[in-house]
Amino acid sequence: MSKTYFTKEHEWVTVSGDEGKVGITDYAQHALGDVVFVELPDIGKKLAKGAEAAVVESVKAASDVFSPVTGEVLAVNAAIVDQPSLINESPEEGAWFFTVRLAALDEIGEMMDRAAYDDFLKSLE
Amino acid sequence: MSPDLAHTPLHHLHLELGARMVPFAGYEMPVQYPSGILAEHLHTRQAAGLFDVSHMGQARIVGRDRVAALEALIPGDIQALAAGRIRYSQLTNEQGGIKDDLMVTNAGDHLFLVVNAACKTADIAHIKAGLAGMATIEVAADRALLALQGPLAATVLARLAPEVAVMDFMTWRAVDISGIACLVSRSGYTGEDGFEISLPDDRAEEFARRLLAEPEVLPIGLGARDSLRLEAGLCLFGADIDETTTPVEAALTWSISKRRRIEGGFPGAAVVQRQLAEGMTRKLVGFRSLDKAPARAHTAVIDAAGQSIGLITSGGFGPSVGAPVAMGYVTSAFARSGTPVRLLVRGTPRDAVVADLPFFPHRYRKS
Repeated sequence: MSKTYFTKEHEWVTVSGDEGKVGITDYAQHALGDVVFVELPDIGKKLAKGAEAAVVESVKAASDVFSPVTGEVLAVNAAIVDQPSLINESPEEGAWFFTVRLAALDEIGEMMDRAAYDDFLKSLE
Repeated sequence: MSPDLAHTPLHHLHLELGARMVPFAGYEMPVQYPSGILAEHLHTRQAAGLFDVSHMGQARIVGRDRVAALEALIPGDIQALAAGRIRYSQLTNEQGGIKDDLMVTNAGDHLFLVVNAACKTADIAHIKAGLAGMATIEVAADRALLALQGPLAATVLARLAPEVAVMDFMTWRAVDISGIACLVSRSGYTGEDGFEISLPDDRAEEFARRLLAEPEVLPIGLGARDSLRLEAGLCLFGADIDETTTPVEAALTWSISKRRRIEGGFPGAAVVQRQLAEGMTRKLVGFRSLDKAPARAHTAVIDAAGQSIGLITSGGFGPSVGAPVAMGYVTSAFARSGTPVRLLVRGTPRDAVVADLPFFPHRYRKS
């Protein structure tokens, strides 16, 4: 069983067991515009919750992606490095950024589920 | 958005077109439309793009001694500028630095200027003081400015005004287009063929809608305007050139005629003349990255030993080049095209080479 959680910084993490798969939301990709470059963390890197984990660059600007959870990087998605436009096309499915071994499962409780995130987006309008 | 921001005459049209509006130089301006910067950039290189640049400053200089009076403020050769022709120049300071860059048109009985939005108030005051009573500057506050750029710009505009088809690059003429008194310049800021059209602000929306109704034309925001000018190697005031950079350092010596180089007579002429004679310590060049990481403004340029040798002043992904491109200053020893350098992007040295400008060839109309 997996479940997806969201942050106010528009990252998502899909949790299965003690593994989390991290990406950015459709709202985030839309705000960024056309993504032309992505820099991912090294495998094995230990990320703290809220720390800079990756960089996405649109034509206009570079933006940090923060890790929504604490943990060690297990794998990164080479496909989005080769083809950054996947982040615009499929932000919440194919274009995941990295997976982590979760070090603090209680952090999940601090995030929003889909319904709460959708309400949060409505509050931004 | 801040209520202090000014609007151009096309504000309602931008909102209707779904533009993302941002504050820029005191105005609320469209940074992109729903198609996005990448598509807008590529469309301009392939067909025709319409840009609202009404935030820029437009002014007339009148008076019998207007040519000599303006030459006292800029290194550009206005004496040699025939009626109906346009020249690019700079307002310089006493150190030879650039207060702003501008377009000067000889409009027959007056000179017509276009200056940067962020500088326009300061420019007008500076010019007014500098003309020293020899001539008078009148701000054309009631005029909008649109740019139509791209390989099909001439096809489109000639459909409405056939006489523009024969205009040469960097020429100007007054043209009545559908009953609107337009001042048409064959010039632009994209490296493509195209026009800048000055027109009464109360007719601007109607005219913009007329152009957008043509199948070749899409609205283009400031985001693509920046990526287009960067690929074309055209300086952005406030980024690549400012009060601390001279026209010689900025590789703009082509804009200073032999007579002006010899005679001087503009602010900072002694500095410019000395740099022309003895060389300068740094120069504006292009950089091509050898990997995919864009190097943006304020990125350090270092040599193989890690020593700082310069600074990126603008940079990003070049959609038509298909790779990151940047402009910036390096110490003269490294300014030769092909010189390997490193760009320190978020602490990581990235290999790059000094490259000739432009990155994307200019496709101006040849006479």
